[in-house]
Amino acid sequence: MSVPAVEVYDLVKSFGATTAVNGLGFRVDRGAVLALLGPNGAGKTTTVEICEGFRRPDAGKVRVLGLDPVTEGARLRPRIGVMPQGGGAYPGVKAAEMLRLVAACAANPLDPAWLLDILGLDGCARTPYKRLSGGQQQRLSLACALVGRPELVFLDEPTAGMDPQARRLVWELVAALRADGVSVLLTTHLMEEAEALADQVVIVDHGRVVAEGTPRELTAAGPDEQQLRFRAKSGLDTGLLVAALPEGCRVTEPSPGGYLVAGVVDPQVVSTVTAWCAQQGVLAEELQVGRRSLEDVFLDLTGRELRS
Amino acid sequence: MNGRFAPGTFTPAPGAGRPVRMLFTHARTEAALTLRNGEQVLLTLLIPLALLVGLTLVHVISLPEPRVDSVTPRVFALAVMSTAFTGQAIALGFDRRYGVLKRLAATALPRWLLVAGRVLGCLAVVVLQLVVLGVAAALLGWAPTAAGLLWTVLLTVLGTLTFGALGVLLGGALKAEVVLALANVVWLVLLFAGGIVLTADTLPAGMAEVVRLLPSAALTEGLTQALVDGSAPALSTVATLAAWGAGAGLLATRTTRLS
Repeated sequence: MSVPAVEVYDLVKSFGATTAVNGLGFRVDRGAVLALLGPNGAGKTTTVEICEGFRRPDAGKVRVLGLDPVTEGARLRPRIGVMPQGGGAYPGVKAAEMLRLVAACAANPLDPAWLLDILGLDGCARTPYKRLSGGQQQRLSLACALVGRPELVFLDEPTAGMDPQARRLVWELVAALRADGVSVLLTTHLMEEAEALADQVVIVDHGRVVAEGTPRELTAAGPDEQQLRFRAKSGLDTGLLVAALPEGCRVTEPSPGGYLVAGVVDPQVVSTVTAWCAQQGVLAEELQVGRRSLEDVFLDLTGRELRS
Repeated sequence: MNGRFAPGTFTPAPGAGRPVRMLFTHARTEAALTLRNGEQVLLTLLIPLALLVGLTLVHVISLPEPRVDSVTPRVFALAVMSTAFTGQAIALGFDRRYGVLKRLAATALPRWLLVAGRVLGCLAVVVLQLVVLGVAAALLGWAPTAAGLLWTVLLTVLGTLTFGALGVLLGGALKAEVVLALANVVWLVLLFAGGIVLTADTLPAGMAEVVRLLPSAALTEGLTQALVDGSAPALSTVATLAAWGAGAGLLATRTTRLS
């Protein structure tokens, strides 16, 4: 059995008086996609940079493909692909030129022209990096991470600054990587990204793991409590609905037009809700039973206050 | 969902590229970027060319005749310093700022190649500069000896390595804006007070001894000995250059940061 792609134990890293990472631990299995999910400043990028060998941990142990990224970096780097957060190219370099340079560093690179084409960059292959849009720069950075056919890729906020089409493409790429046995460690603060891509989600806040599991595990409700969600016209009077539902069911409207029924949700409850909607003359859209959204879990764990 | 990518497209096949290929691709990219940058071309080519023509044709400072023979080694020394030190330092300062070094350091490119590629790129630009400046000098009547040219090649390589190490020392440690300012100031000071325009032997005795210890003076003096006097460069000039290069190189391995 081969070693895990990434193992992190009790990782600590401080910058001056600020503790960026405070006892973090997780594991990425071979061929799996793990998302580090957390608000800005949670310590995600610091953790990834330690895994890449760019920073030394103050305490704790990190093994990437079984190697110490600091002392065995020269053996590790040919096997990994890295997409850093922002930047990472000469301002005057042409997109194709940059990708060919990174491709030259690999033994069996993918065809740079093909990679530019699938990432929608063939039209700006000769454009200097500084004149690419933010999303194009991100896609070039992704191409640089993938061109060497790595065993493991680190993607630090891969879809930041991308339009929805480009984001969808990146998601498809990550799914294809996973299908081909590439391990992926990505960071994001987008719930739907973590939910769509990750086998394993690690929610990080203040440099600590606050929850981890598969997206399904994290969003599963407690044993006696389920949720029923639906969307309809905002501001409906839910008094009649509460009266018709069994004892203990609560009805709220957490966001305008987004209704939440919490309690023991059985088939009868679903039927009661849809009957009430019919009485009100509204259509219950996106009716969903049993799962909190990852966003709820995230906000419950990391707080709803806006951070400075 | 994976319709766009055939299964097996991304099946891992990792490994480092061949060092020679990495080195040449890196060096070629560095050289191409230098030559594409307008400010760099001004610094590395147009200013030395203007000085070559100006000092040869306009009698602002007194020089031994034929003037072009005295001017050419100085302009060669300036060209080496401009590219390997000033140009290199500024490029490195901004490459660090823009995450280029981190990007390249995350590939299979070994650390030594990260430096070697830049040095080789510099050397390629220096060769191009000296060819252009040499042709211009020849048009002005410069006629070097074969032995002088051979020494020039060796001194150019040594000078590029020395000034390159100094450039990496400056560009690898400080903020990009500070590097930009310092690299230009040092260039200007060395050009006028560092034994290039005014060679050390024309300066007052006390000052000459100090200036002679500078790499700019050593390179100018070595090139003058090779090209004007037709002799081998004095051991002292070679030793001075080598000492600066080794000192800067050693220090740079401790101070250079990726970002």
